[in-house]
Amino acid sequence: MSLLELKNISKIYGDLKALDDVSFKVEKGDWVAIMGPSGSGKSTMMNIVGCMDKPSLGQVLLDGADISKESDKSLTNIRRDKIGLIFQQFHLVNYLTAVENVMVSQYYHSMPDEKEALAALERVGLKDRAKHLPSQLSGGEQQRVCIARALINYPEIVLADEPTGNLDEANENIVIDIFKQLHREGTTLIVVTHDPEVAEVAQRTLVLEHGRLAKEIVNPNFKD
Amino acid sequence: MLVALLAIAIGATILSGLVTIYYDVPRQMGAQFRNYGANMLLMPASADADFNEEAIEQAKSAVNKDLLVGAAPYRYESVTINDQPVIAAATNMDGAKAASPYWYVNGAWPTQNGEAMVGKSLAAVLGVKEGGTVSVIYKEEDAKEDDKGKTADFTVTGILETGGTEEDYIFISLEDMSALTGFGGRLDVAELSISASKDELQAIADKISTVSPAVSARLVKRVTQSETTVLTKLQALVFLVTSVVLLLTMICVATTMMAVVAERRKEIGLRKALGASNAGIIGEFMGEGLLLGGFGGLLGAGFGFAFAQAVSMNVFNSSISFRFIILPLTVLVSVAVTGLACLLPVRSATDVDPALVLKGE
Ligand SMILES: Nc1ncnc2c1ncn2[C@@H]1O[C@H](COP(=O)(O)OP(=O)(O)OP(=O)(O)O)[C@@H](O)[C@H]1O
Ligand SMILES: [Mg+2]
Repeated sequence: MSLLELKNISKIYGDLKALDDVSFKVEKGDWVAIMGPSGSGKSTMMNIVGCMDKPSLGQVLLDGADISKESDKSLTNIRRDKIGLIFQQFHLVNYLTAVENVMVSQYYHSMPDEKEALAALERVGLKDRAKHLPSQLSGGEQQRVCIARALINYPEIVLADEPTGNLDEANENIVIDIFKQLHREGTTLIVVTHDPEVAEVAQRTLVLEHGRLAKEIVNPNFKD
Repeated sequence: MLVALLAIAIGATILSGLVTIYYDVPRQMGAQFRNYGANMLLMPASADADFNEEAIEQAKSAVNKDLLVGAAPYRYESVTINDQPVIAAATNMDGAKAASPYWYVNGAWPTQNGEAMVGKSLAAVLGVKEGGTVSVIYKEEDAKEDDKGKTADFTVTGILETGGTEEDYIFISLEDMSALTGFGGRLDVAELSISASKDELQAIADKISTVSPAVSARLVKRVTQSETTVLTKLQALVFLVTSVVLLLTMICVATTMMAVVAERRKEIGLRKALGASNAGIIGEFMGEGLLLGGFGGLLGAGFGFAFAQAVSMNVFNSSISFRFIILPLTVLVSVAVTGLACLLPVRSATDVDPALVLKGE
């Protein structure tokens, strides 16, 4: 049984098919990149996988359970327990310090635990910035806080939408290194990106075009 | 947020201030009203009742000392002055002064026996002035034609203006009256001025009638009725103003909270994306709102008392008593008003779509 399976997923807005009959599988520990031009439906798909939206047609199986017909409330619970989210705009709470931002995620999941949150920041190399506010951190550092927050509750799947979209080359490499490390630790990663450099470090790349899955490329350069 | 806090604090100030005044107005106005004279009459319970000063003292003991503004016993007799038939009223001058503060005396009140105060119309008829002397002759009703009766001379210390029938009387002390007529202490009526509402007065009247059986106590309906009407209107006004202010507070808080929710839409979306349930979001915003309400209410209760005190000082010239009950009441109402005001904004917070965090904005 796959960790995640999309079966004939469509998302229809009026007469626009943002997703059109998309099917694929993600196994536990996979590292998948999703590419495609703007408006091809990447974010729409992430919303559905991330339990923030429901498909118009088709099934989403997470751990074998169909989540496409769940209520908003149980989707919230599934998202909280199984999904870690990394955003292009980081979305840190601006009046909370780095470590507190990580603890927000713990708060909704179980119990805030500062030690654990600090350990998560250490994993992304930000231990000495723990007490800084987002405004006192660089973009790369903010993204690492966002990653630490996504990882804190040991999600089954980490979803990243353009994680390096707002970062420079050096910070992009730091984030890629963190992803590599996560992959070695067995984390399942789905990364939406425009950037071929970010895509080619993944195991395989799914390419979306006009809401359809155009092709799937297994990355020849992938090193485990 | 600060604006909302301010709005709540102001609302609570008005609330607690007006409620304090609301409670205090009857007391304050009661004292004011007492300027308009007696509101209770004591009369003999029966024709042969022992209605004397002792009975009155006994009746007075049934009234809380703090509430009793004045008590004036009266004994009326028909006398003649310069061959004119005149009514002489004997009273306790201090009591009369207290019970009828609106009486205006040209000159001075009598302070000792042998002194009298003459009503304005009577003074005009007799042609007496302040400092003059009047000879009062008393004859018993069944006296013979040639009986000269008893005479007593009084120095007139003042001319009384009341706008009422009192202006036809001459006022002397009870002792002088007793010496002149030998009336033996039996009084005709006693006027009490008591600082109390109509219902309280009725209770006091009932109490007096049981405490001293010789006395029958009645309310001066004309006075108590109009007092009650004025108070009811005033309290209705206070209630109306308070309601309007609370409504405005609610609108202000609701608007502010709406703005806060709009401003924090992204954060709300993020929190939801991180797994916050709607209940959790509601709890957070409501908690914040209610805290705001509680704090604002507390502030307002303090300011409100100061406000009420200032109003009371300016309007009634007397200080106000702090009522502890108003503190929790104000806080409670503030919390309730804030809670109500937060309902709509909080609802809109739960409507935020967590997916917005993935939208490139
Ligand atoms: N809520 C919505 N209502 C209507 N149309 C929508 C909605 N959300 C997305 N769309 C449309 O669906 C299509 C796919 O949008 P999506 O955000 O998934 O694109 P994307 O691949 O993430 O693009 P980008 O690379 O610019 O982020 C777009 O044409 C978009 O306009
Ligand atoms: Mg997108």
